[in-house]
Amino acid sequence: MKIIILGGGQVGTSVAENLVTEDNDITVVDTDAGRLQELQDKLDLRTVVGNGAFPEILRQAGGEDADMILAVTNSDEANMTACQVAYTLFHTPTKIARIRSAEYLSHPEIFAQDAIPVDVIISPEQLVADYIERLIEYPSALQVLDFAGGLVELVAIKAYHGGPLVGHELSALRDHLPGIDTRVAAIYRGDRAIMPEGDTVIEADDEVFFIAAKKHIRAVMSELRRLEKPGKRVMLAGGGNIGRRLALELERRNFLVKMIESDAARARQVADELQKTIVLLGNAADEDLLMKEGIEDIDTFCAVTNDDEANILGAMLAKRLGARRVMSLIKSPAYVDLVQSGANIDIAISPQQATIGSLLTHVRRGDVVAVHALRRGAAEAIEAVAHGDTTSSRVCGRAIENIKLPPGTTIGAIVRKKKVIICHHDTVIQPNDHVIMFLVDKKYIPEVERLFQVEYQFV
Amino acid sequence: MHFFAIQRVMGLLLVLFSTTLLPPIGVSFFYHDGAAEAFSGAYFVTLATGLVLWLPVRRQRRELRVREGFVIVTLFWALLALFGAVPFFIANRPYMIFTDAFFESISGLTTTGATILTGIDELPESIRYYRQQLQWLGGMGIVVLAVAVMPMLGVGGMQLYRAETPGPTRDNKLTPRITETAKALWYIYLGLTVACAGAYWVSGMTLFDAIGHSFSTIAIGGFSTHDRSFGYFDNAAVDWVAVIFMLAAGMNFALHFHSWNSRSFKPYLIDAEVSVYLRIVLTVAVISVIALIVMGTYGGWTGALRHGVFQAVSIATTTGFVTSGFDWWPLFLPALLIMASFVGGCAGSTAGGMKVIRALLLFKQGKREIFRLVHPDALMPIKVGGKPTSDQVLSAVWGFFSLYVLSFAVLSLAISATGVDFLTGFSAVAACLNNLGPGLGQVAQTYADLPIAAKWILSLAMLMGRLELFTLIVLMSRTFWRG
Repeated sequence: MKIIILGGGQVGTSVAENLVTEDNDITVVDTDAGRLQELQDKLDLRTVVGNGAFPEILRQAGGEDADMILAVTNSDEANMTACQVAYTLFHTPTKIARIRSAEYLSHPEIFAQDAIPVDVIISPEQLVADYIERLIEYPSALQVLDFAGGLVELVAIKAYHGGPLVGHELSALRDHLPGIDTRVAAIYRGDRAIMPEGDTVIEADDEVFFIAAKKHIRAVMSELRRLEKPGKRVMLAGGGNIGRRLALELERRNFLVKMIESDAARARQVADELQKTIVLLGNAADEDLLMKEGIEDIDTFCAVTNDDEANILGAMLAKRLGARRVMSLIKSPAYVDLVQSGANIDIAISPQQATIGSLLTHVRRGDVVAVHALRRGAAEAIEAVAHGDTTSSRVCGRAIENIKLPPGTTIGAIVRKKKVIICHHDTVIQPNDHVIMFLVDKKYIPEVERLFQVEYQFV
Repeated sequence: MHFFAIQRVMGLLLVLFSTTLLPPIGVSFFYHDGAAEAFSGAYFVTLATGLVLWLPVRRQRRELRVREGFVIVTLFWALLALFGAVPFFIANRPYMIFTDAFFESISGLTTTGATILTGIDELPESIRYYRQQLQWLGGMGIVVLAVAVMPMLGVGGMQLYRAETPGPTRDNKLTPRITETAKALWYIYLGLTVACAGAYWVSGMTLFDAIGHSFSTIAIGGFSTHDRSFGYFDNAAVDWVAVIFMLAAGMNFALHFHSWNSRSFKPYLIDAEVSVYLRIVLTVAVISVIALIVMGTYGGWTGALRHGVFQAVSIATTTGFVTSGFDWWPLFLPALLIMASFVGGCAGSTAGGMKVIRALLLFKQGKREIFRLVHPDALMPIKVGGKPTSDQVLSAVWGFFSLYVLSFAVLSLAISATGVDFLTGFSAVAACLNNLGPGLGQVAQTYADLPIAAKWILSLAMLMGRLELFTLIVLMSRTFWRG
C-alpha cells in the first residue's frame, strides 16, 4: 500500500514505524528537515520537506497514486485542508485526519464527502484515554480491548496463585463456569506464546488472553485470580488532553477523581471544565502532596503527563506510598521494556500501541472492522467480516475446524446480528459474521487477509 | 458629567410619568369618589415641571456614559417618588403630611409595600387604585433596571448576568438593542399581569380587586386595596393563585422571555438560580407549615398548610401580602420569614432582597473554604450551573454583601436613635431594605406611628435596597465626582 503520512511528530513516527515493517511504501511529509533526516536514518521510507497541505508538496510525496493519506500534524486545520486538497486533486481513496478540537468533532456533518472529505477521524488522546479508562474499570486486567462495538472484549490478565483455575487444565473452565462461555485465545509464559488446547494447564504468572461477551468478563477474571473490587478512587497525574478526557469519562462513571497538574494556568483551565474532579496544583513526584491527598487509599494511580521520566517516577513513588495499582504512560519503547522488566509499575501504557490499531484497521485488506496491536506490536487481534458463500469464500459455510488457519491463529468469537457466539471447533461461520481472531505472530497477517478476501470465479 | 443630558432625560421622564396620572382620574370619574381634582392637580404639576426641565435642553443629545447611568437611575426613582407623592399630599382623603405621602409613594415605586395608611377600604377608589398602579409601574421599572441596566452598570457582581451566566441567560441582553429588550420585557410583564388578574377574577375577586392585586403581585409589591390584605378575601383559591404568581414574579424575567420564545419550560429547568430559589422557598414553607401544625396555631393541618405556604412565599419573595399576619406566629417563625427575605428572589425579577444568585455564590465560597482546609493544594473554581465564575464577580458579590450588612447595621442604629424599640426598628429596616413591606412589632400593619425621622430613614433604606446599594452609594463617593 502507498501511504503518505503528514506530520512527523509522535503519532506520525510511531505509525510509520509500525507500517513500514509490513511491506508498505511510506512517505513522511514534515516542515522540519532535521526530524525527517532522523526518521530516514532509522526507517526505510521516503521523506519530503514542506507543508503537507500544499498541492505541489503532496504531488512530490506521490499524491497521484497514493492509496491513503494520513494527516496527523498538530493542527486540525492543516489536517483538514490536506485531506481536502488530496481529495480534490488526486482523488485519494482513503483520507484519515487527526482532529482533536471538540468544536469540530461535535459536528460530524462537516466531514462529509461534499464538505471536508475526511473518511476517518482519529483522535489519539481520546483513544489513549478510552484505553486507560477500560483498564481502570477492570482492576486486574493488563489490557482490555473492545470488539463489535463493545459487545465482545479481549482481556489480558495475569494468573495468580489462588485463582480457582490456576494449576488446572483449560477444559475445567467450563465446569467452573456453567452458563458462561469464553475462549482462551493465547497464553504467554515468559515471552513464549502457547497455543491453548483443552489440556493446557494454566500456571501462576501466565499472561492469559481470553475472549468473552462483555457481561461475562468479570466472572471469567475471577477464575484466574481473586477478584479485586473495582476501586472508585483514582488519582491522575497530568491534566493534559489525555488526563482531561480521562477525568471527564471517569466522572461520568462516578469515580472519585483527583488530578495533579503542575502548570497553574492549565490546572485552572481543567478545574473550570471538570465538575467533580479535585484538581490539585503541584508536582506528581511531590511526596508531601501525595501523602496529604491520601495516596494510600487510592485504588488506581495513573501518570499521564507528557514526560516519560516524570510519569515513571511518579508512578513508582505512588506505588511505594501505598497506591493499590499504578499505571504509567510511557512513550519511549526503551522505557517500556525497562519498566516491565523490573520497576514496580503495574501497567506501562504505550500510547502508540493504543492508537495504532485504529489506523491498522484501514491498512488491512479485506473487510476489517477493528485491529488491536498486542504485546508491543508482535501480536494482533483482528475483527473481520466474512463475505461471500461456500464457493467464493474460504471461511463462509465452514466449521472452524475445516478452515485452514495459519499457525498461531485462533478464532475466538463470532458476532452474528448483535449476538455473541464463542467459537468451538464445530461452529460454522455464516456470511456477514464478524469474526474475531487472535494472531500470535504478526507475520501471518497477509494469510489471514487472504482468507477473508472473496474470490471471484469466472464461468 | 453631562448635566443637561441628564436634565433632558428627567424632563422626558416626568412628562411620561404625568400620563400615568390619567387612569386614576378615569377611575375617579367612574366611581364619583371626589378625588379627581387631586389627580388632575398632580397631573398638571408633573407635566409642567417635566416640560420646564425638558424644553430648554431638548436638543442636548449626548451619548450617555455609565457614570451618568448611576445618576439617572437614582434620580429616576427619587424624582418619581417625589412626584408620585403629590396626589397623596393634595388629596383630602386620606389626609397625609408630606413625609407620609413621600413614604407611601416610594414604598409603592420600590415595590416595598410598607404603608402608612389604615382604613384603606374607606378611601376613594381612585386612591386605592393609584397605590396599586404605583407598584406596577415600579415593578416595570425594576425589571428593565434589573435585566437591562444593572448588568450594564456592573453593580454588585451583576455583570455576571451580562456575560457569564450559564444556560439560557448567557447574554442577558435578550435582544441586541436595549429598547427592544425593554419592549420584550414589557410584553412579558403585561402578559403575566393580565393572566394574574384573570386568575384572581375567576377565583372570586371583584374586577377592581383583581386588577389591583395583580398589579402588586407581579411587581412583588405587597400593597392591597384592603386593610386586611388577602385576609379580607378569606378564599383559598385566591391564596393559591397568589402563591403561583408570586413565585413566577420572583424568577428572572429573562427566563420567562426565553421560555416564551422557545415555547418550552426548558429554560427554567436548566437555570441554576431558579432551582435554588424554589428550594429555598420550599424549605421555608415546609418548616413554617410543620411548626404551625405542631403548635396548633390554625387548629388543623389545612389551615396551617394554606397560611404557612402563602405567608412563606409572600415573605420569602419579598412581596409582603398577608392572610392573617405572621408577626404573632409562634417560636422562631417571624424571624425565619424576615431572614428569608434577605435572600429574596432571583436576579432580574421584581423581587427584593440580596438575590438568590448572590446568596448562592456566597454559600459556595463558604463551602470552598471548608474544602480547602482538607485539600490545601486543590483548585476549586466556584461554578454556577457548571460554568466557572470569575474572581471579579465573586469579589463584587462579597463587596455587595459586606455593604448590605453594614447598611443594615447603620440604618438599624439610626432608626433606634429616633426612639423606636429594637424589634420594630430591626424588622422595619429589614423590611424596607429588602423591599418586603410588613415588619414585626409596631410595624406589622402600618408604619404610621413611627417618628418622622424614622420614616425618612426607611425611605432611604427602600431606595438603597431597590438600587442594589452601589448605585446610590457610588454617588456619595468622592471618586465618582472627581474622576
